[in-house]
Amino acid sequence: MYLGRVIGTCVATVKYTGLEGYRLLVVEPVGEDGAPCGEPHVAVDATQAGPGELVFLVGSREAALACEPTFVPVDAAIVGIVDAVTVAGSPS
Amino acid sequence: MRLARVRGTVVATIKHPAYEGRTLLLCQPLGPDGRPKGDQVVAVDRVQAGEGDLVLILTEGNGVRQLVGPQAGPIRSLVVGIVDEVDLP
Repeated sequence: MYLGRVIGTCVATVKYTGLEGYRLLVVEPVGEDGAPCGEPHVAVDATQAGPGELVFLVGSREAALACEPTFVPVDAAIVGIVDAVTVAGSPS
Repeated sequence: MRLARVRGTVVATIKHPAYEGRTLLLCQPLGPDGRPKGDQVVAVDRVQAGEGDLVLILTEGNGVRQLVGPQAGPIRSLVVGIVDEVDLP
């Protein structure tokens, strides 16, 4: 699981069955200081995150488990909207 | 599993139900030399680790389901140990 920032949305009308009704958001992995630290990618949104929000995501097969009950072909899912990251004495 | 340093905590009110009541720790994986190596990991705490602790993190879903249970849902990383010492002769 990792921190990320929502940087955009992705609309796909034609997609695999089971993915209907799920928002697709473009996220960029970030570190504790909010600096980008990975490749932007598309994730299923399971928490109604908005643009610019700091979120945390789960990858691989567990991402599909965020979209129960159907087993959907996703490998990244937003599973939480981060209120605060408190790091070594400096809340950010 | 990986050696990691607990950097701090992640607080999220709005989250998937599987994370309800679970403490989230932000961990920085370390190389054998103790220096940061690799991307930071958000992990569910299972051992009451604190900021600055040297810990073991499990980052594989099947292991998580064996510890948390089949209803673990979308959890993939757990803090499973607090390391006292690493000896690399």
